[in-house]
Amino acid sequence: METKDWQPKILAFLCNWCSYAGADLAGVSRIQYPPNIRAVRVPCSGRVDPIFIMKALQQGYDGVLVSGCHPGDCHYISGNYYARRKFALIKTLLEFMGIEEGRVHFSWVSAGEGEKFAEVVRKVTEDVKRIGPAKRLVKGVEA
Amino acid sequence: MDIEKSIREEAKKLLDEGKVDVLIGYKKGTLPLRSSPAFIRNSEDVDSLIFDPACSNNLALYIKRFEGKVGVIAKGCDGRSLTTLVVDRQIDKDRLFVVGVPCSGVVDRRKIYAKLDACPRLRSGRGEIADCQFSDGRVIVRGRDWQESLDLSAVLSDSCLICRHKTPPVYDLLIGEEIKEEGKPVEELEAFKKKSPDERWRFFEEELSKCIRCYACRQVCPVCLCEYCIVDRTMPLWFGKTTDLSDTIMFHLIRAYHTAGRCVDCGACVRACPVGVDFRLLNKRLEDEVKERFGFTAGVTLGEPAPLSAYKEEDKEEFIM
Repeated sequence: METKDWQPKILAFLCNWCSYAGADLAGVSRIQYPPNIRAVRVPCSGRVDPIFIMKALQQGYDGVLVSGCHPGDCHYISGNYYARRKFALIKTLLEFMGIEEGRVHFSWVSAGEGEKFAEVVRKVTEDVKRIGPAKRLVKGVEA
Repeated sequence: MDIEKSIREEAKKLLDEGKVDVLIGYKKGTLPLRSSPAFIRNSEDVDSLIFDPACSNNLALYIKRFEGKVGVIAKGCDGRSLTTLVVDRQIDKDRLFVVGVPCSGVVDRRKIYAKLDACPRLRSGRGEIADCQFSDGRVIVRGRDWQESLDLSAVLSDSCLICRHKTPPVYDLLIGEEIKEEGKPVEELEAFKKKSPDERWRFFEEELSKCIRCYACRQVCPVCLCEYCIVDRTMPLWFGKTTDLSDTIMFHLIRAYHTAGRCVDCGACVRACPVGVDFRLLNKRLEDEVKERFGFTAGVTLGEPAPLSAYKEEDKEEFIM
């Protein structure tokens, strides 16, 4: 697997109202960012059950990014505040168990931050590339 | 025993006065070193109630089975679980009567079996344990032709050794004297946190590969309260039901996560596990994180909402880009 043309696959959960629109803006503004992410549009970052993240890792994604509206900007008023608490715990738990730091990322990207979205994706891709292909928790792979 | 006598007296009063319709307590188990939950509806039956270090079940587990007013004989951890259930709106506070009993720890049967090389049902080693008694900080265990006296503090459950809430923080009636004791810090956890991710992963792989997915840990856990558990669900099937290591680790990740902020470290899961998986580290780590991040300790107050169903605008977010 670990050849020099290995490219990570990263699953990105983007909230409909901010980060997805941010990704769209990055696109229409022709901002370049690595093509390693696969976007999943969710209604709100609060919709992202931590099991989505675990499942993505189990299915062999090398990294996961969850992105939502900045605190205070949630379309549903408080979804991202609840999400923030959930993410803090799931990140702690995964890293405590031994999943490498840098596999799972969270960010706030607003609809106007096309450049920030590209920057986040660059950073995440770089981090995941540095760690290498996912083996831990991946089903059917000896870690 | 005094405590037992007062428990019976109070139980009788509560039932006679109609303060509770059913009282959940402990009765003698069918095997030595075991106790069974007792569900007392009639004040004539209170004499079967017991209380000793073999009363290790977390009785908060049973409250959802009953209608009407439920009374529970609660040790420190049971009391905290009950509080958690009230906070999670699983039972109305008015329907619950907590009879707090300070507890100085429950025994871990496996430690006794290991020390004596004997077991209630195994004929290998010293053979069967026929009987046990607790007195003055010692546990006296008898077999067919032998008798041993062990120091109780050496055979207590791991969770009891670091317990900070020997008396339930919230109760309606307290029997006996409050035990105030500062639990020891969890050195095990601190040492484990310092290990490298590789070492930690190897440890969990090894530990969790023992798991046979019997779900005993889920069944005995009072805060594993979903009517329809995610591991039983097949549409969608979130992860496999096999003992494939990846699936097993998923199960334990989810179990730990779902009890975050609600686990009171009563140790019931560890005692129930037939293959001796030590999952306390995962739960303890989350307990720590919840305390540090959200300033919340499970089951000590009725006034605060569960940490994951609340938020503060100023919650830390140093991990978010």
